[in-house]
Amino acid sequence: MSYHVNERGYYGDFGGAYIPEMLYPNVEELRQNYLEITAQADFKSEFDQLLRDYVGRPTPLYYASRLSEKYNTKIYLKREDLCHTGAHKINNTIGQILVAKRLGKNRIIAETGAGQHGVATATVCALMGIQCVVYMGELDIKRQAPNVARIKMLGAEVRAAQSGSKTLKDATNEAIRDWINNPVDTHYIIGSVVGPHPYPDMVARFQAVISEECKVQLLEAEGRDYPDHVVACVGGGSNAAGLYYHYLDDKRVNIIAVEAAGKGIDTGESAATSALGKEGIIHGSKTLLMQTEDGQITEPYSISAGLDYPGVGPMHAHLFRSKRAEFISIPDQEAMDWGLTLSQTEGIIPAIETAHAFAVLDQRAFETDEIALFNCSGRGDKDLETYIDYFKL
Amino acid sequence: MNRINKTLNQDKKLLSIYFTAGFPQLEDTVPILEQLQEAGVDMIELGLPFSDPLADGPTIQESSTQALRNGMTTDKLFTQLKGIRDHIHVPLIVMGYFNPMMQYGVERFCKRCQEVGIDGLIIPDLPADVYHEQYQSLFQQYGLLNMFLITPQTPDERIRYVDQVSEGFIYMVSSAATTGAQGSFGDTQQHYFQRIADMKLQSKLLVGFGISNEETYQAAIANSQGAIIGSAFIKYLEANGNQSVEEFVKTIR
Repeated sequence: MSYHVNERGYYGDFGGAYIPEMLYPNVEELRQNYLEITAQADFKSEFDQLLRDYVGRPTPLYYASRLSEKYNTKIYLKREDLCHTGAHKINNTIGQILVAKRLGKNRIIAETGAGQHGVATATVCALMGIQCVVYMGELDIKRQAPNVARIKMLGAEVRAAQSGSKTLKDATNEAIRDWINNPVDTHYIIGSVVGPHPYPDMVARFQAVISEECKVQLLEAEGRDYPDHVVACVGGGSNAAGLYYHYLDDKRVNIIAVEAAGKGIDTGESAATSALGKEGIIHGSKTLLMQTEDGQITEPYSISAGLDYPGVGPMHAHLFRSKRAEFISIPDQEAMDWGLTLSQTEGIIPAIETAHAFAVLDQRAFETDEIALFNCSGRGDKDLETYIDYFKL
Repeated sequence: MNRINKTLNQDKKLLSIYFTAGFPQLEDTVPILEQLQEAGVDMIELGLPFSDPLADGPTIQESSTQALRNGMTTDKLFTQLKGIRDHIHVPLIVMGYFNPMMQYGVERFCKRCQEVGIDGLIIPDLPADVYHEQYQSLFQQYGLLNMFLITPQTPDERIRYVDQVSEGFIYMVSSAATTGAQGSFGDTQQHYFQRIADMKLQSKLLVGFGISNEETYQAAIANSQGAIIGSAFIKYLEANGNQSVEEFVKTIR
């Protein structure tokens, strides 16, 4: 059994392309071309070069000695927080902008929640001199002013999504509607391993550079190229997909996915999709999603804006249902506390999303001689205001 | 024979009207149906509201949000429709997104449709191939036709496939766009309507999206068997409530 996508675009029961016919030509064009384009030598060399010279890859694999000592296990951090723009998101936007160019597209659209993917998309559009429109929920625009300003500085247009709940899922709806209205010249850069096939697979492949580097770096550090555990936070799930990618079919590696419990799973204010979601369709993908009994998609909650997506990518839904991965959910408070802990134990201020992953250390024990590989997916600069409010700094 | 096919087989141009169930008021569904029949429309599409209607423009989105706020649910719709076949004879199509149907249970949904006298479904985010492989026999078992959409960008080969799978009419989307009223149809649209007409498909064609008045209606039916109006009617309901629906229909034909 493989945990990768099959030729029909499914991970087990999940995935596929449940899209209106208006989107079919766009998605089909991408599906027919993405593997061929990304396999071309000139694509690979341009992608690799940009990741190296522009993004700053390979990112370090860091042995966290004080944390390891404290928890009596071997803890490694993959430092995606050191990427240009502050998180792993740019691995994907670099890949997709190169695909878009080769498809002859001259206009880019994207959705963003907290603004990180919006910034990463606006960045690569500036880099390539391509027009960029970022959809963002009206509520998020108010909550994420610094990232809105960054996107504008980078020359992109921010459009407010005013439909529905005016947050990430609605921004995604608006981006999809834009694509329906502009099917020929526009490419839609989705920010996570969500959406219709081939997006989940394409985004996972671009993020796979994370585990590709880990294999080389771990071999050098530990004499073996795999850890015992890989741990990552999951909203839509792109940083997790990248960390897991080359270990998906390697049963020696235990996979741990960390979701945001928000104020608690039973409070009605949570984003723990594996616990609260049911099989359904969101943004063109069959996956697990949070919804009412009547099939209306509900608004999730987490203190971390990057984890409050009402679904998970189909790869993760499959990892959950097949029990290949352990799913753990972490409430706001524990994640926030871990923001401080990581800062003061290792001198690394993490994004609040990322802090959720580390909180697993208090939830489950790791053996002394085990290697636990954490994705340090983003830095905390963007969250300073939340940290300031929360800790009265 | 299914009511939809009977209507399609008539030698006349058809007017089909869409409105969102439970809008503007929760209990408006049946009164609006009755008035539309009275006004002589040939088919009616009932929108099952959804929180995230991807293929719809602002007008229908807002009507969906309002209907949900009014308390519309899948079950509620079936309750409202119970017994309507006593006096409603026009073909009825439920148009909705697939997720609410999945949650209701696709078979249970089809069964309830049959019980209340629904003739067909339009499910924009259920692709023709998935339908064909997984759901067609179920729909057929409950006497439901499933209508598919094509757009100016749909490749000929896929149009042929849709034509093959299709049992009712093909819903020809007038332009690359979400739903919503446009002022008029230009040469591009006429060319597209002509191109599809020239393909001599076995399915009848109805044009939808962007039809809002007599002019666009006439342009739409020149190369098809009929036209579907949605957003323009929703706007009318917004302004006038469930009164004098007939007035709206008179402005079209």
